[in-house]
Amino acid sequence: MPKPEILDPQGKAVLGALPRLGFSGVTDVRQGKRFELEVAGEVTDEVLAQVREMAETLLSNPVIENYAVRVLDPAGEIA
Amino acid sequence: MRVGVVTFPGSLDDADAQRAARIAGHDVVPLWHGEHDLQGVDAVVLPGGFSYGDYLRCGAISRFSPVMTEVIEAAGRGLPVLGICNGFQILCESHLLPGALIRNDHQKFVCRDQRLRIENASTSWTSAYDEGQEVTIVLKNGEGGYVADDETLDRLEGEGRVVARYLDLNPNGSLRDIAGITNERGNVVGLMPHPEHAVEDLTGAGTDGLGFFTSLAGLVSLTAAIS
Repeated sequence: MPKPEILDPQGKAVLGALPRLGFSGVTDVRQGKRFELEVAGEVTDEVLAQVREMAETLLSNPVIENYAVRVLDPAGEIA
Repeated sequence: MRVGVVTFPGSLDDADAQRAARIAGHDVVPLWHGEHDLQGVDAVVLPGGFSYGDYLRCGAISRFSPVMTEVIEAAGRGLPVLGICNGFQILCESHLLPGALIRNDHQKFVCRDQRLRIENASTSWTSAYDEGQEVTIVLKNGEGGYVADDETLDRLEGEGRVVARYLDLNPNGSLRDIAGITNERGNVVGLMPHPEHAVEDLTGAGTDGLGFFTSLAGLVSLTAAIS
C-alpha cells in the first residue's frame, strides 16, 4: 500500500468516480497491490523470511510503500 | 569522451540520447541491459521510455538488469551517470538517488515545453550552465511526481543537491518543484525533463538541453588527472 503520507492519485480517481455512480459515504480511497505467491512445500519461518525479503527488495518500494505478508491456504483463506 | 547509452526492453529515447551525446562531441557506445559490461565508457546515460512496460513500478525491474550491477558499482567509484525520466526512476529504484517518482498528481500524462531553473551547476552533467540559469526543456511523463520524506527533502536542499526546479507551474505534483537531483558526489544526476530532445533547433523548443551533454567535456581534464 502507498504510505499514508504519499499522495495516491489512483485512489483519488476512484474516490471521484464513486459518487458519480451513486455510491455515497466513502471519504477516502487508497489503492495498493496484492501479490499471490505460491511456494513449494510448507510455509516455514525460513520461507516467510524469504518472502519478506522479496517484498522488501522487489515487490514493494519501501520509500513510498508499506507491505504486509499473510499466509493463505490453497483455497485462499487466511491460514 | 566515450558515452554509453543503455537500452532496456521498452526504452524509448535511447536513440535520441545517443544523438545528443554525439552532437555534444562524444563517441557513443550503445550498451545492452543484459550484459555485465560497460565497455570501459567514461559516462553512462539511462534513457527515457517505458522499460519492462512500467510493470510493477516504473524502473523496478530494470534496476535488477545485469548492466545495472555494473552501473551501480561504477557510480560508486564516481562514473558520471545521467538518468532521464525512466532513467531517473531506475536511479531511485537502485537507491543511487533518494526518493521516488509517483503518478502525476493530476492523473494525466503531461507533455510540454517546461521552463526550469538550474539550481546546481557543479555536477558532472550541469557544469556547462550557470547557477540560476533559466532554460526550457521538453517534459513528458505520466509518473514524474518526485516524492521523499521531509527529512530527505531538507537534506537535498541543504546540501544543494536539487539540480533543477520547475518554473511557472509544477507539471506533475513534484514536492518542492523538484525536476532533478544529484547524489552527494555530484556524478549521478536524475532528471525528469528530457534534455536529449532539446539539442537541435530543427525540432523542439531550442537547444537548452545540450548543456547536460557538453558538461561532460569539462570533466576530461579531471578524469585525466585521476587516472
